[in-house]
Amino acid sequence: MNSAVVFNIQRFSVHDGPGIRTTVFLKGCPLNCPWCHNPESRSGRPEIAIKADRCLGCELCAPACPQGIAGPVNPLTNTNRPDSTCIHCGACVDVCPSGARDLLGETMGVDRLLAEIERDRTYHEESGGGVTFSGGEPIANGNAPFLLECLQECGKRGIHRSVDTCGHVTTDTLLAVAERADLLLYDLKIMDDARHRLVVGVGNERIHNNLKILADRGHEVWIRVPLIPGLTDDVENLTAVAEFAAGLARPFPIHLLPYHAIGGDKYGRLGLTYQLGDLAPADPVLVNEQADKMRAFGLEVHIGG
Amino acid sequence: MNERVKKLRQRSLASRPSISAERARLLTEFYKAEEGKHSVPMMRALSFKYLCEHKTVFIGKGELIVGERGPEPLAVPTFPELTCHSPEDLEILDTRPKTSYSVSADVINTYRDEIVPFWQGRSLRDLIFPQLPRQWHDAYSAGVFTEFMEQRAPGHTVADGKIYRKGLLDLQQEIDEATSALDFAIDPGTPARREQLQAMRVAAEATMIFARRHSEKARELAAVETDQARRAELEHICEVCARVPAHAPRTFQEALQSYWLHHLGVVTELNGWDSFNPGHLDHHLEPFYTKELADGSLDRESARELLQCFWVKFNNHPAPPKVGVTAQESGTYTDFSNINLGGLKPDGTDAVNEVSYLLLEVIDEMHILQPSNNIQISRENPDRFLKAAARVIRQGYGFPSVFNADAIVEELLRQGKTVEDAREGGASGCVEAGAFGKEAYILTGYFNLVKILELALNDGFDPRTKRQLGPHSGDPREFETFDEVMTAWRAQLTHFIDIKIRGNAVFESMYAEHAPAPYLSLLIDDCIAKGRDYNAGGARYNTSYIQGVGTGTLTDSLSAIKHLVFEKQALTMDDLLNALGNDFAETEILRQMALNKIPRYGNDDDMADELMIECFDAFFNEVDGRPNGRGGAYHINMLPTTCHVYFGTVIGATPDGRRAGTPLSEGISPVQGADRKGPTAVMNSAAKMDHLKTGGTLLNVKFTPQVLAGQKGIDAMAGLVRGYFRQDAHHVQFNVVRADTLREAQNDPEGHRHLIVRVAGYSDYFCDLSRELQDEIIARTAHGEI
Repeated sequence: MNSAVVFNIQRFSVHDGPGIRTTVFLKGCPLNCPWCHNPESRSGRPEIAIKADRCLGCELCAPACPQGIAGPVNPLTNTNRPDSTCIHCGACVDVCPSGARDLLGETMGVDRLLAEIERDRTYHEESGGGVTFSGGEPIANGNAPFLLECLQECGKRGIHRSVDTCGHVTTDTLLAVAERADLLLYDLKIMDDARHRLVVGVGNERIHNNLKILADRGHEVWIRVPLIPGLTDDVENLTAVAEFAAGLARPFPIHLLPYHAIGGDKYGRLGLTYQLGDLAPADPVLVNEQADKMRAFGLEVHIGG
Repeated sequence: MNERVKKLRQRSLASRPSISAERARLLTEFYKAEEGKHSVPMMRALSFKYLCEHKTVFIGKGELIVGERGPEPLAVPTFPELTCHSPEDLEILDTRPKTSYSVSADVINTYRDEIVPFWQGRSLRDLIFPQLPRQWHDAYSAGVFTEFMEQRAPGHTVADGKIYRKGLLDLQQEIDEATSALDFAIDPGTPARREQLQAMRVAAEATMIFARRHSEKARELAAVETDQARRAELEHICEVCARVPAHAPRTFQEALQSYWLHHLGVVTELNGWDSFNPGHLDHHLEPFYTKELADGSLDRESARELLQCFWVKFNNHPAPPKVGVTAQESGTYTDFSNINLGGLKPDGTDAVNEVSYLLLEVIDEMHILQPSNNIQISRENPDRFLKAAARVIRQGYGFPSVFNADAIVEELLRQGKTVEDAREGGASGCVEAGAFGKEAYILTGYFNLVKILELALNDGFDPRTKRQLGPHSGDPREFETFDEVMTAWRAQLTHFIDIKIRGNAVFESMYAEHAPAPYLSLLIDDCIAKGRDYNAGGARYNTSYIQGVGTGTLTDSLSAIKHLVFEKQALTMDDLLNALGNDFAETEILRQMALNKIPRYGNDDDMADELMIECFDAFFNEVDGRPNGRGGAYHINMLPTTCHVYFGTVIGATPDGRRAGTPLSEGISPVQGADRKGPTAVMNSAAKMDHLKTGGTLLNVKFTPQVLAGQKGIDAMAGLVRGYFRQDAHHVQFNVVRADTLREAQNDPEGHRHLIVRVAGYSDYFCDLSRELQDEIIARTAHGEI
């Protein structure tokens, strides 16, 4: 049986596909988007996150740590964090009484994950929801075999399946996933290849080609466009998204996802710096205008997931 | 909302509740003159008639539905025959910071000079308390349980459709037939039955007199009214009140007015809990609505206006004043009349109709405290109805609450009702299931399941009142297994349930003997047929409830003991008990472990939830099926009103990390803040309780507004409700409000006077709640808050 590193199972998720969903977040991502809400998803390995403000200074973690590196974290400076010698064994997390330390990422097999998904079956069925695999990138970074097995098993059990992908994956794998999923949530971020490469670290040619193939093959897709002020929400970019979508073989609906800074404090817990710290949330009036402009291309445009 | 309704609503909102001594004075007059001349039922009926003949008749400016319980809106009568307030009580009512009632010097003087001298030592409370055993008093003052009937009469009942098909004259005819069918030869109880039936006959007469007086008053007002339109309205009111409730209503307005006069009869006769309740109002009104819409005598807007005028009447009636423990267990102006929408018809088909939708609009527009209202959701009901209600819920007034009509049917069937009676039932009060129009389902008191644990952890000794309150169930420091903790808890449970039920028997027999309710008896089947009073087992079904409180706190506390002391052995029982005794002073690490490192109820974690099930089963087995004194049986339900706050004040620190004196968890909701996996996990945990074995459970779920935004939010709420109910759950209610807004309201109560929140089975003005309860509501986990 396959397994993968799962860092969160978000129940009652209502923005990752239709109905009430259980969203499964897998670790590891080929992109490096500065606005990412889930910085813990980038690395494929488990990580220790620390809520410094909850540290009691009780020092119970120090003797528990086999590497001798755990200890109270200074809540003001957020220092004394696990370094590269941390083996993510979770011993410090187990003994931490206040929940200041968290182990993000747990290796799970298909059976255990399915049991978790099944817990909300009644809500999935009553709301027309199901499961969404997200990340990270559920199709890349070694997650694909696990994902395919999960999709197959969910299919057998009649659970509606969505997969949230950045599209920067091999076409064959993507198509294998698409065959076993009921819906793909597919990101289009920046249409200019050079800027795409500059901002998120890879070019977009493969992403665009893959989306065209999905359209040609008749798969169900929702295109999702994160509206990040100054990075993705300019008129040229959104016009290019609309033109691209309008030119596809199928008229996929577009979901605009307005920026909000909720991921910011997660960076601190991982000892990372959030580059967009000062960015204001998207202006709702502007978002409505942007949606209207895209609708002028004959597209179905929604605001929010 | 039109100008008329706006003014009526505003007047109801702006007035401060006050105490009226009129009823007490009239009743005392009557008793002084007539005592000893009549049987008890006749004395009750004749005194009720005297009240109906002499109390002030009030018809307010612009009103279309008329009649008040007191001499004017928000003037609250008292019931000295049950509990005689002292002048000091009245002063406290006037000055206490929350749920106060203004009390004039005249009222206090009347009480001092006329009421107290007559009723002291004669009120039912004064007669009952000396009869209760010492053990009862000790447990009561320690806060192990409360007693519902020490200041208010039994009631907890709801009208069915009979009053729309029959007038009081028809019921008198039934009384006469039942009387002539009495046979001294075969039934030695005949004289008592005949007396009871004659009392019902007099009580019917009394309400007809009261209605006639309204008709006359309307005629008088019409004669001097200069505004032509208003004169016509008054003339119409005059006609309506001349007809109903003596005769069955023929029109929408007559139907509403008729119910209201019955309601006034019930709440004037006695101060029964939950006042009175029209039940399935949409079912009952639908035939009148459809007929009049078809013949053109009514349109949707005038029906709306009448309903809104009707709504204001309920809001004009704050609960009768409560003091002491009763005020703490139910600290609210709400009087719990709880209107049911949707659900099933007696034949099992979908009962949603156009009036159901109209009533949702009324609820949305009025957003006032009373009447409470709820939707009954069966699998037969369309999603359109559920989603229309979800749009109202999203406004954040805490209305309507949501019930599983199919589960209620099964609960009532399990208790032995017929399927038709069960389907005609619904929910009343906070969340209580009942067969409307046919059942006396009496809540007898809250039961402090967490206090029972505190006693078990102290070998039966109560640390607060410093008494050996319960049996010696063993020194927990000697316990070697977790099962011994459970055994000790069970031993204490058995002991105190027994004390509670023995005490209940005293209240029950004293009410049956001294406080019959002949008017209420007219309205509830089969009191006439049996010739027996509502309070003496006259109803078709006679149920007694004990309400369990503290499920979440109890479960988490047991989980802490099980996991920290016995499984992980992270500490000893001695460490834990010392920490509890010191309210976790110097042991914050231990407290944090209890808060963060144990399985907690509300997270769909079987390790915690199995403990909940074990406690629930024990409570159920202890209570369910025991006979009561009215020919029926005991059952349990799981709701707190505001009692989880009071019960928290009598308990020291608990093993789940809760500090001494702070509120317990409410209803079957998780401990405030303990649920971390979202609403579906909360609902799954709660659904592991076997709701069908109860007569009601209460689950609160709090959302921030953005989670429920848009059509997606409405669909999600509907999906949650359907998903929870598919697991046979009984009820859920939603608070849609940001914690920030509530904190602002604490700092600026004047600016947030009209902020309504869901408390526990009812909604209340946030600023009217005690500070403890306000903090408790803020602490409840808001799903969607980041």
